[in-house]
Formats: sequence, C-alpha cells, structure tokens
Amino acid sequence: MTRFSAWNVIRNAFNDQKGWTRQWRDPELKPEYDIVIVGGGLHGLATAYYLAKNHGLKNIAILEKGWLGGGNGGRNTTIVRSNYACPGNREFYEHSLKLWENMSHDLNYNVMFSQRSHITLLHTPGAIDNTARNYNIMRKTGTPDTELWGLDQLKETVPHLNYSADARFPIMGAAVQKRAGTARHDAVAWGYARAADMLGVDIIQNCEVTGVTRKGGKVVSLSTSRGVVRAGKVGFAVAGNTSRLWGMADLGRLPIESHKLQAFVSEPLKPLLDQVVVFGVGGAHFYISQSDKGGMVFGGDIDWYKSYAQRGNLPIVQDVAEAAMSVLPCLGRVKLLRHWSGVMDMSMDGSFFICKTPLDNLYLNAGWNYGGFKASPASGWYFADLIANDRPHRVVENHDLKRFERGVNIDERGAGPDPKLHG
Amino acid sequence: MIRIPCPFCGERDHSEFSYGGDGSVEYPPLDASAEAWHDAVFLRENICGVQVETWQHVQGCRMWLRVTRDTMTHEIHDVKPAHKGLAKALGGASDGTATR
Repeated sequence: MTRFSAWNVIRNAFNDQKGWTRQWRDPELKPEYDIVIVGGGLHGLATAYYLAKNHGLKNIAILEKGWLGGGNGGRNTTIVRSNYACPGNREFYEHSLKLWENMSHDLNYNVMFSQRSHITLLHTPGAIDNTARNYNIMRKTGTPDTELWGLDQLKETVPHLNYSADARFPIMGAAVQKRAGTARHDAVAWGYARAADMLGVDIIQNCEVTGVTRKGGKVVSLSTSRGVVRAGKVGFAVAGNTSRLWGMADLGRLPIESHKLQAFVSEPLKPLLDQVVVFGVGGAHFYISQSDKGGMVFGGDIDWYKSYAQRGNLPIVQDVAEAAMSVLPCLGRVKLLRHWSGVMDMSMDGSFFICKTPLDNLYLNAGWNYGGFKASPASGWYFADLIANDRPHRVVENHDLKRFERGVNIDERGAGPDPKLHG
Repeated sequence: MIRIPCPFCGERDHSEFSYGGDGSVEYPPLDASAEAWHDAVFLRENICGVQVETWQHVQGCRMWLRVTRDTMTHEIHDVKPAHKGLAKALGGASDGTATR
C-alpha cells in the first residue's frame, strides 16, 4: 500500500501513475478472529486502528453491513468541537480534539481538518449568562479556548449574519471555540480504513450480522451474511442499530431510542462562510458551515419521532430552511443539492456508552446521539483501550450502562430521561 | 408527511402532532423498588419494526393517542385514544381499537 508523500507523487508522475496500490484489501471473512468489531463506521474503524496501533493486537476484523462510510459516517454535518461542560465528557472530547489535530499525519491521509472556529449565536441575556458560566467551567477544566464575544467582535468576524434590529432572532453575542472546526468525513473513513488495513486489520464489507451465539456468559460466534465467524472478543459500534444487535444477543432493553436526523448540502458557492455558525435557542436548532468543495453543509433538529428509516420528512426541511434564512438571509436563492438522513442512538441523558456488558467478552460503544462525528478518534481510542484491557479507562468510567442506577446522569442539556429532548 | 388518523379529528399530517415515546412502558406502583422504577424510566426495547407509541395531537384536539406504527416504513397500523376508558367508550372492538 503506497504511502502518500511528495516523493511518491513525483515518482508516479514519471510512472503513468501506475505505482499507486489499492488503499485497503478486500479479504474473505476468516472463520475466527481474536477480536471482531461489528460496525465499519468511523468509530468501528478507529477502534480497530487503535487496537492495532496502541495495543499491538493482530487478528482483528471489522464487519460492516453496507459499504465503508455509508452509515452515519457519511451522513453527518462534519462539525468537530470540544466545548462540553460535564465531567467525563469534557476530558473525552478534548482528547478527541487533540487526536483530530494530528490525524492527517498519524493516518498518512489528508482528512482536511480545518480549525475554523465554532460560533454559537446568543439571543438573550440569559443565554449570555449561561454561556459565561459554562465556558468559564470549560476554561478552568482543560478547554482553554472557549470565548464569549460581544456583538462588535462577532460583526467584525462574520459580517453577513442577520444583525438587523427587527430580525426574527436578534443577535446579542456569541459563544466561540476557536480550535473547533470541520473535517472531510469520507476522508476520515478512508484514512482509518487504510491505516487499519496497513496494520493487518481485515475490513469485511457487505457483511451483516444476523445472529449472535452465546454460551456460558460469553459470545461464541456471530452469524453473518458472509458466513459464521468465531471471536475471542466482540465490540458493537453500530450507532442507531445498537438495539437490534443487543436483541440478537438476547440482552434485553437499553437506555437508547433510535431517531433520525436530516442534513443538507447546497450547490457549491464561492467562499461565503469561514466558520461553523450555530443558532442554538435551547438546542442545536440550526448549524451551518461551508465545505472545501463550496457547498453549504447544514442541519437542524432531529425529526422528533422514533425511526430507523434513514429518510427525512418535509416539515423539517421547511423548518431548517426557515432557520437558515433567519440567520443567513443571503442564502435565499441558493439551491439545495443533496438531502439525507441518518439513524441515531439517542440516549436517556444525551451522553454515550463505552463499557462492558453482561457478557464477559462483549463490549459496547453506543449512545452518541447526534454528536458522534467529533468523537470518532477518542471513541476508537477509548473503546480499543477497554477491549484490550478489559476495563474502562478512568475518563469513561461513568460512561457505562449502569450509571442511571447509580443516579449519575451526564446530561449537558439538563433535559432528563427522554431521548428526543437531547437532540 | 405521515398521516395519522386521529380518532377525534380525522386524518391529519404528523406535523400537527408531537411524538411522546414508547407506549408499551408500564410504570410500576409508586412504592415499587428503585430497580423497577429505573427499568421503567430508562430502559427501552427500541423496536425496529412495528411498535406501540404515544403521540399528542397538539395542534388539534390535544388528546394523547396510542399509535401502532412501523418504525422502518412509518406505516401506521392502528390509532386509538391513549386513555383506555375513552378508547372503550368510542366504540368499535371491546378493547377500543379504532378503525383506520
């Protein structure tokens, strides 16, 4: 597998570009592996990579029911940030941001991570006070670049928002994280796949798990559309489809409900927006950035009702369009190019699970709600650490399924045990 | 886009309603164990396929409804008032099943 380097680019220029090799193998499913990761999304791929890289483990397979990057990995709005306030979350997402900063070098793949600032608009004095409190907590606990901007500073940086006095949502200021930004989601999938494959991981696509065979408190094998595979350890990293796999393993219920979230891309435009702009009003009501191809990438609220359908509905399209117009009126004539939806694992407190399960050799990675993209590297890092060491890292020690029994809710929104309220 | 036949108002677009949650949850008596309450509050089956769920017709009659819907295809199989007494009183089957 050819490394990407200036030398290889020059060499292949004289070689009719014939020196490039395929970026990852397409192996047959072996009958047995030491570790099987179910789910070839960004989290599953990152997990396999870190299992190989950080822990020197071999004989690992990733089973992906569709094609790499075809799930939520290819359906998100690419936002990366670490401005989380709750203990556990803030260390995790900050570590993730640091992994993002070095990802292209680490993977030898340009993931186009662009630290262009994340700007959350504030529309009430209460929102400003709340931000001041939260962002001060973040500054004191390891996220040093969270800032609170007044109107003047915001107008200077993003002059074309709707600042008129009779705007539907008059802007008073903004909560800003400068090291936050966006990345090219496909590149993250391909980068991790290529790097994991280089370290010996088998990536098996078009391989859907159809059954889980247990014996004596352990998973013995998985039945798949490409055959039966025995595994020493198994990790589930399947986001919105977690409950389906959990049911196959006969493990009962989970504090997760699957909801759908739509996302949109416009026709390519000349550089229009240099940052990620978010319009909050009590949630992630609308968020927008511009990809390096020029399309505006944006999204809004979840569809609000439970669904596995991966397709959206028109009332939300109208809702998001209205929010877009109220924030960036200049978008009025821009054409919508693409529109899609993903299935998300909404949890009871809006935070994730990286934990052991009732079965000795089964590990769970789930509950990412609508914020899994930014977590991809740390999710892989800590899930790999858990699987390799058979115990959770201190950072994620409260991110287990039993935290509600202990009275622990990692609830950034403070919304309570109703999954749809964490969207 | 999903049409929900409200037993009181007739067939309406889903955007007139607000999704509640899993309608199969049975809340235990108030003096039940913490474990029983934890399970009822936090654990869900999260069915991919036909499930029973609650919706409120917030822009219509504001009644709570028990809807049987396929969470993959969004096809609605049954709608009846969530209140069991009302469901029975509205007629039809003795369990108050509304006609689609």
